[in-house]
Amino acid sequence: MAIVAKSSRFSQFGRPVLAWGVGLMFFFPIFWMVLTSFKTDADAVKPEHLIWFTPTFENYLNMTENYDYWRFAKNSVITAVLATAFTLCVGIPCAYAMAFNPSRSTKDVLMWMLSTKMLPAAAVLYPMTFITKSAGLFDTHFLIILVLSLINLPIVVWMLFTYFKEIPKDIIEAGQMDGVNTWGEIKEILIPLAWGGIASTALLCFIFCWNEAYWTVRLTTTDAATLSKLIEGNRAPEGLFFGRLSAVSAAAVGPIVVLGWFCQKQLVQGLTFGAVK
Amino acid sequence: MGRIQLKNVTKSFGDVQVIPPLDLTIEDGEFAVFVGPSGCGKSTLLRMIAGLEDLTSGEIEIDGAIATQVPPAQRGLAMVFQSYALYPHMSVRKNIGFPLRMAKMAQPEIDQRVETAAKSLNLMDYLDRKPADLSGGQRQRVAIGRAIVREPAAFLFDEPLSNLDAALRVGMRLEIGELHERLQTTMIYVTHDQVEAMTMANKIVVLRAGVIEQVGSPLHLYHRPQNEFVAGFIGSPKMNFVTGTEAEKHGAATIGIRPEHTVVSMSKGSWKGRVGVAEHLGSDTFIHVHDTGVADMVTVRVSGDIAVKHGDTVYLTPQADQIHKFDAQGLRL
Ligand SMILES: Nc1ncnc2c1ncn2[C@@H]1O[C@H](COP(=O)(O)OP(=O)(O)OP(=O)(O)O)[C@@H](O)[C@H]1O
Ligand SMILES: [Mg+2]
Repeated sequence: MAIVAKSSRFSQFGRPVLAWGVGLMFFFPIFWMVLTSFKTDADAVKPEHLIWFTPTFENYLNMTENYDYWRFAKNSVITAVLATAFTLCVGIPCAYAMAFNPSRSTKDVLMWMLSTKMLPAAAVLYPMTFITKSAGLFDTHFLIILVLSLINLPIVVWMLFTYFKEIPKDIIEAGQMDGVNTWGEIKEILIPLAWGGIASTALLCFIFCWNEAYWTVRLTTTDAATLSKLIEGNRAPEGLFFGRLSAVSAAAVGPIVVLGWFCQKQLVQGLTFGAVK
Repeated sequence: MGRIQLKNVTKSFGDVQVIPPLDLTIEDGEFAVFVGPSGCGKSTLLRMIAGLEDLTSGEIEIDGAIATQVPPAQRGLAMVFQSYALYPHMSVRKNIGFPLRMAKMAQPEIDQRVETAAKSLNLMDYLDRKPADLSGGQRQRVAIGRAIVREPAAFLFDEPLSNLDAALRVGMRLEIGELHERLQTTMIYVTHDQVEAMTMANKIVVLRAGVIEQVGSPLHLYHRPQNEFVAGFIGSPKMNFVTGTEAEKHGAATIGIRPEHTVVSMSKGSWKGRVGVAEHLGSDTFIHVHDTGVADMVTVRVSGDIAVKHGDTVYLTPQADQIHKFDAQGLRL
């Protein structure tokens, strides 16, 4: 009899149970939120209506009629899309240069870029508010796009850098021999070869932009306010209206959950920095 | 045209100088082969000619014009990489046509040139495949196709056959040789394969630690190696070196005798020894002889039908007119 590896009892039964357990644990808050969004504000806080209640669309109708959900949603889409596009436009050439023409200090620059993420945002809240207000940028799309881009640039450059590193240098050099210029190298060789990596990076960047709340809440009032601001705004001072809040939240995360669901594979690849194929 | 001249060229990586000042001229139409031990700077030199590596100092001239600052694409040279370096996302047709598209050639002309190249390389059946779906030999042919469509001033090859199996290597060697005969274009070829160097080159450049040890035709290097290093490097199996009194008899510090220039006898000869390993190749037998008293081991090459076995006593006599003499510095006397 040949000796083969036996799968343990744990990997046969324990692991799926554990996986499902963890999965449900993470999914539960979302499930609860969606459930609550169909309750009236009164029902939402009553334990006896935890599972059994009369569903209502009131919260959703209310939201689109009274709160102008679509304006916030439009702002979210505009800022997240443009910020992602801008980040990629800067990040791709940057990561390309660092991956294929590294200098002595490339490693240090990468570390430094990541270290900017360690600065507590609150530390620069007042200067940021003050400067943007006096520069007349407060509550503009331009500002939000700029801030979202800058916040995500380090992580985007890091991700792209690791993807580009996987492309053999020979292929880029063959391109140089064959007569492409720098832009050609990026357009003809780099982007087609790293397409999967660029897509996962873009997706992740888009999600980060969409979910960003600290700055979008504080640097906007109405014109450039995103869905994060809408949620924040429903945390009404006169007490929490859980039904309403849940509906707004569900409508805010909905698009991103759907997007994430369809792009699971790319996302996992993006989050593991390409280690999983 | 493709006359390539290196003038006083040096290369350092950081503080390490891998190429000390070096001069070399490769004439138009020549097939030059760079050989030398691993790490001696063959690839670096080739990449400097290609423009993929900057020179630390010195000049490179291509057809009389200084090309030192000219970017790779404008030098008119084509390179074939050891890893083939095909574009994985393009079909064979697109791969071969890529340099032409970059040169903004009209599509019908590109198609026609790709077809011509593909025909000459037996790639017609594979034009619409991606590189991943080709064998190693086919990929190498695509890489060569991509180089020839441009009609370059010179071809640069960096160990193009080292990823192929032995039989294919022989086949491709012949194909590249024929290509050179047909195009009469300058080719510079890096290898550490003896046989490739000897059979393909008009001119062999032997490098050691970035220094040119000798330049010459294969047979010149074989018959008149300038120093011990070249003598030991060119020829297979390696030349035997003998020092001490035996060498002094010839008025040299070291003498070298090639395995094929030693007569073997079972009864009499200059050096008596014991057979260690006998490698029977069929046509030839390489006998490694121990305990001769002149060197640790002497290798001799005899015809395949001589029957010797481990432990036999044999007598060796070097052919007097084939003894290479070197002084204490290793230079030819
Ligand atoms: N980018 C680099 N940075 C630092 N040192 C390098 C670099 N490229 C090459 N070297 C060094 O330069 C020397 C020559 O390298 P090169 O690749 O030219 O050798 P080679 O003769 O082609 O060897 P092989 O036969 O193994 O391919 C080696 O000692 C190598 O370590
Ligand atoms: Mg090499």
